[in-house]
Amino acid sequence: MIQVESLSVFYGERVAVQNATLIAPSGTITAIVGPSGCGKSSFLAALNRMTDLIPGARTEGTVRIHGQNTYGDDISPALLRRSIGMIFQKANPFPLSIRQNLQLALREHGVRQRPELESRTEAALRDVGLWDEVKDRLDQPALRLSGGQQQRLCIARAIILEPRVLLMDEPCSALDPIASAHVESLIQSFKGRYTILIVTHNLAQARRLADHLAVFWYEGEAGRIIEQGNATELFDNPQHPTVAAYLAGQRG
Amino acid sequence: MNSETRNDRLSLSFSRRFGPELATVLTGIPALVVAGMFGWILADILYHGLTQFSWAFLTSAPEDAGRQGGISTILVSTLMILGITLIIVVPVSLATAVELAERRSRSVRFDRLVRRSLDVLAACPSIVFGLFGNAFFCVYLKMGYSILAGGLTLACMVLPLLIRTSEQAIRAVPDEYRHAAASLGLSRWTTLFRIVLPAALPAMAAGLVLSIGRALSETAALIFTSGYVTRSPESLFDSGRAMSVHIYDLAMNVPGGNPRAYATAATLLIVLLVINGIAVRLTRIAGLTLNPSLEKNH
Ligand SMILES: Nc1ncnc2c1ncn2[C@@H]1O[C@H](COP(=O)(O)OP(=O)(O)OP(=O)(O)O)[C@@H](O)[C@H]1O
Ligand SMILES: [Mg+2]
Repeated sequence: MIQVESLSVFYGERVAVQNATLIAPSGTITAIVGPSGCGKSSFLAALNRMTDLIPGARTEGTVRIHGQNTYGDDISPALLRRSIGMIFQKANPFPLSIRQNLQLALREHGVRQRPELESRTEAALRDVGLWDEVKDRLDQPALRLSGGQQQRLCIARAIILEPRVLLMDEPCSALDPIASAHVESLIQSFKGRYTILIVTHNLAQARRLADHLAVFWYEGEAGRIIEQGNATELFDNPQHPTVAAYLAGQRG
Repeated sequence: MNSETRNDRLSLSFSRRFGPELATVLTGIPALVVAGMFGWILADILYHGLTQFSWAFLTSAPEDAGRQGGISTILVSTLMILGITLIIVVPVSLATAVELAERRSRSVRFDRLVRRSLDVLAACPSIVFGLFGNAFFCVYLKMGYSILAGGLTLACMVLPLLIRTSEQAIRAVPDEYRHAAASLGLSRWTTLFRIVLPAALPAMAAGLVLSIGRALSETAALIFTSGYVTRSPESLFDSGRAMSVHIYDLAMNVPGGNPRAYATAATLLIVLLVINGIAVRLTRIAGLTLNPSLEKNH
């Protein structure tokens, strides 16, 4: 369960996200849509404190993930991020072998026994449907994989740490239609298992995947959530005229 | 049709017909001249040098002020000086480059000051480093003319260049890797040593190889610091003569020293060509590790 309350994200003087409030129940998929530059990525990055890495970035408001306050004083960002998987628009496997990509973080987090490392590697690769494609070349560079395979490897790299939350920032937008469909059905299969927040520009995809929908818009010098709710209801019956036009494909 | 339009048409067709060729000729000639000059120097040195060149030349000590014998002691001094330089330069440049490229809370002013200082130092003529090394290491720190003083002076000379190339190598590592690492909760230490530095390694090594080349061919910084005694140094506090100093001395101060100067120059040249070849290879590997799509077009 993700509870976000009046979250604002600032870059220096600039407000990227203003007062965003959102609740995502456990095991559901929440799609975040909206035009470019309205703060979707910033919102996502604030949830696992990736904003800490950006000089001059600052947040306000509260974020609770499974009851735990993301910005609490006793929280270690590294520990927090370990329990929150993040998938980026551009697949970014490390320039290492497939095996090392998956095991680097596991080892860092204390898994040392070879059998456990191997079995978790296999399980993660099976979960993303990559096992049969790569089982004979686990020691080859991950960067030799195709774009779609790389993105699935990144997803495997995230879920091998057994997070409860997945944050996905346009995970399909750099992929060809077939690879994109593949990743999408993968996300579909994750429903119930992870709490997923997915940013997408593909409204049809949002409609197919999402239980819950949040529409971001740039309004009054800042990005904000202008409407949210049950995905089916919101698609069928949006209240906000801007949202209605956007969802009908006329704006944004 | 009047004559004016006809002229226009003529000139138009002239530039159309000869334009590209003319450009090719105009840009091609200087390129040829440069390549030709390099080829000439190369051929001259190798032609005069290789006739003198033999295994014995590399393994025997110089005699008669270098007119006879070989360059074995010179090679030993050169390697010792280079060794000192590398021992200092590799860790210092690595640490500084990491600090400059990876520090998160940065003061823009301080960074600019450091970078500008490095650029100025990198552009300093080597004789300035030679005089500084003499005053500071030889005289002030009482090292005298010694391998140690020479190596330290060379270290000062190549550090700025090496720091800058290493810093650029680290910066060239895509931020995507750092983001991925952070999102997995990897420590900065792991991120640096397991991901960022390995990815930057080929480009950093290329910078190091170029620095070695620069150190090997240095004369001015060494004459006043490591000296020009042709004996084999027995410790770091002995004076010793580097290859480039040897060439300079034979060519300028020793009548009849030219043949051996040529042979030494040929040796140095071959070493430098090999080093350059390595640098080119490493740079290409760097491109491949950071941008594997290049591999497919290969
Ligand atoms: N690192 C940064 N430093 C300063 N400003 C930033 C930074 N990242 C984003 N911004 C600004 O914050 C605003 C929101 O950006 P953000 O990337 O969150 O938008 P987005 O909704 O994800 O857009 P897109 O759909 O194009 O990915 C933009 O105006 C952007 O210029
Ligand atoms: Mg974005």
